[in-house]
Amino acid sequence: MYLVEMLGITKRFGALVANDRIDFNLKPGEIHALLGENGAGKTTLMRILYGLYRADEGQIRVQGRNVHIRSPRDALTLGIGMVTQHFALVPPLTVAENIVLGYTDDFRLNREAIRQAVAEAEERFQIYVDPDAVVQHLSVGQKQRVEILKALYRNARVLILDEPTAVLVPQEVDNLFQTLERLREQGFSIVFISHKLDEVMRISDRVTVLRDGRVVGTVPTAETNERELARMMVGRETFGVTRQEIHQGEEPLLRLENVWANDDQGLPALKSVSLTVRAGEILGIAGVGGNGQKELSEVLSGMRAPTRGRVLVGERDLTGAEPVEFADAGVGRIPEDRHEGVVADLTVAENLALEHLDAFTRNGLLDRKAMLEHAEHLIREFQIKARPTDKAGKLSGGNMQKVILARVLSRQPKVVIAAQPTRGLDIGATEYVRQQLLAQRDRGAAVLLISEDLDEILALSDRIAVIYEGEIVGELPASEATPERLGLLMAGATKEQGRAGTATATTSH
Amino acid sequence: METFVLNLLAATLRVATPLLLAALGEMLIERSGVLNLGIEGTMFFGAFVGFVVADHTGSLWLGFWAAVLSGVAAGVLMAFFSVSLGVNQHVSGLGITLLLGGMALFAFRLLYGGRSVPPSIEPFPQLSLFEGVPVLGVLFRQYLFTYIAFLVLVPLAWWLMYHTSFGLNVRAVGENPEAADAAGVDVFRIRYIALAIGGGLIAAGGAFLSLAQLGSFTHGVVSGRGWVALALVIFGNWDPLRVMVGSLIFGGTFALQLRLQAMGLNLPVPYETFLALPYLVTIAALIIAGRNATYPAALLKPYKRE
Ligand SMILES: Nc1ncnc2c1ncn2[C@@H]1O[C@H](COP(=O)(O)OP(=O)(O)OP(=O)(O)O)[C@@H](O)[C@H]1O
Ligand SMILES: [Mg+2]
Repeated sequence: MYLVEMLGITKRFGALVANDRIDFNLKPGEIHALLGENGAGKTTLMRILYGLYRADEGQIRVQGRNVHIRSPRDALTLGIGMVTQHFALVPPLTVAENIVLGYTDDFRLNREAIRQAVAEAEERFQIYVDPDAVVQHLSVGQKQRVEILKALYRNARVLILDEPTAVLVPQEVDNLFQTLERLREQGFSIVFISHKLDEVMRISDRVTVLRDGRVVGTVPTAETNERELARMMVGRETFGVTRQEIHQGEEPLLRLENVWANDDQGLPALKSVSLTVRAGEILGIAGVGGNGQKELSEVLSGMRAPTRGRVLVGERDLTGAEPVEFADAGVGRIPEDRHEGVVADLTVAENLALEHLDAFTRNGLLDRKAMLEHAEHLIREFQIKARPTDKAGKLSGGNMQKVILARVLSRQPKVVIAAQPTRGLDIGATEYVRQQLLAQRDRGAAVLLISEDLDEILALSDRIAVIYEGEIVGELPASEATPERLGLLMAGATKEQGRAGTATATTSH
Repeated sequence: METFVLNLLAATLRVATPLLLAALGEMLIERSGVLNLGIEGTMFFGAFVGFVVADHTGSLWLGFWAAVLSGVAAGVLMAFFSVSLGVNQHVSGLGITLLLGGMALFAFRLLYGGRSVPPSIEPFPQLSLFEGVPVLGVLFRQYLFTYIAFLVLVPLAWWLMYHTSFGLNVRAVGENPEAADAAGVDVFRIRYIALAIGGGLIAAGGAFLSLAQLGSFTHGVVSGRGWVALALVIFGNWDPLRVMVGSLIFGGTFALQLRLQAMGLNLPVPYETFLALPYLVTIAALIIAGRNATYPAALLKPYKRE
């Protein structure tokens, strides 16, 4: 007997089929993982169950009865609650106000009674947040607890969590998992959306895998493993990119000479950084986040002026130049925050044309047709799952990143600055982005890869430099790099020798 | 001197009343996430409807309630465009102001022709609660609406905003409609209700001008008070008590400049300078208060589910 059954659910957005005849069911007291890559249709399916979208076709049954869910209100009445990917909280209201919002019948708000009820719920579910705290002052983890509490307070028996761990630090993830396990013991059913295989293996009882809007299969977690799930999710057996050794050009395309720069607070964030990236190589910058990576990538694209030192692209001195001049000199940048890289309100076609509008201007007017053709071409080439006329803000993370890649890489830049290019992306999209970066290198571009992901640095780089507190504390060829050595440098343990720079790090082996 | 100050204070309350009514209405509307630029037109239309109905039926109260009803209708019209159809709020609001202004003037011409002396009626009387008592007698010689606005509506608006589930819904819808929707609040319904009530209050402000303060209707009867009320909402940071304070500041400077003009002081500045004074004070207050204004986050954003 299933608690919830979704049968033959189809949902279209224009020509795009986000859900294609999906069957999904949920047993009482289970944690059911919904696994799939970016854009597979996980969120769409659950938004249908929660009444935020209407299915074009298909049926939903709750406890064996056919139901029509037209709004979250209907869903809540049926005992279905959801914590959306972007929190649905009202920031200036208190925790208690957010929890009772839309769920009180009394015209008069009895604050004392509400506080009491919320406190009782906190006790019952052992999820604690100060009911009087204003939501906008809470941490992400606390906000998530408010969301869960809000659903439980409305007597939800089914709790849908859309990528709940994406925003949490590891300790908070442990905390969340403990809560979920406790809820399972109390008989709640949980839908856990994720694209992280280890988490799915750790917490779920069953897994349903989606790919391109279809169900690939539903399996008990105990009878599967990460490898099989990955194969179901991506549709292929092998993963990872392979880097071929190639003969590197000698020509230095990007040089930094003793560059200093300040952070937003005016404190030195880069201290005498010297780097050289040659044609046909990837220089990886490893380091724990917040050690000057953001400032480095900004200095290299004209968003931040260095206080001392020189930045050279080819033979051109671009110290303190504007972003346009960097772009003109052939520097392409994939920004750290991809929402900064696209204009959410513009269409995909407009975003793709954004940095070289001149090419699409005729007699002072925009040539829309040329823009659309250009977009269609790039959408095909870069396998973006979107239409040229879609708003960029609506795209899934992976597709948004592909739009940025397409815009930057289609111009064949001499120098590519990639900052955290795969953060938050699923396996498939990650692999794709990495392949593209390698292709740039093979084409003869100089690639500077700034990443906190050591596996990524090791998989892609020809040389690796480690940044710690704004200084390059070591630089070594990929062949000599091991996670242990890099880890020590990243933690600042060998900073003293590292100060001497390249020589120490490379010869100490 | 003492009578000067007392008269000034009494006049301040009188001038502030229509502003307060309109600003409270606008505040409620904006709190739900809609900027109602139809405010000036709605006030004007309310003044017109109130006057015409009172003139034709002989009942001031019938005129007043007809005006309120016309304001409710104007609010619902605004809701239809900006909430249901999702039309840009600047466009729909200004459209409504132009439409209602034009309609009122046109109908007024049809009904009364082009007279040189505007038609008038016997306005609402002032109540004297403390007749004969020295200071209070002057201060409390006010219209019933003034008492209602300051002593009933302000506390009521405050209570409604912060101590009822309706107020909670309004605030939530104006800050984050997606969240309110996900929590089970009917965003559209709340915005319709806010616009209907708010529209009624705004029109009541207009009717106060024609039915109480003036006893007549001219095309300058509102003359920008709607826009001032709009500014007062920002000055008041969308809080009923602070909106009231703002209306008193404006009312005070307005009453003061009237008296300065009347005194015929021989100052080396034209009298228009005095006329501009309240507006200058409004602008100055806005500049000071506007910088820390915490706008309802969803203001101006139409809500769509998909
Ligand atoms: N409101 C919408 N309008 C148009 N297209 C949409 C809308 N919502 C989702 N889509 C599209 O539907 C597809 C499925 O999206 P969905 O958000 O369900 O994916 P997902 O599996 O949750 O991905 P992610 O891991 O990135 O959250 C995507 O191609 C997306 O661009
Ligand atoms: Mg999603």
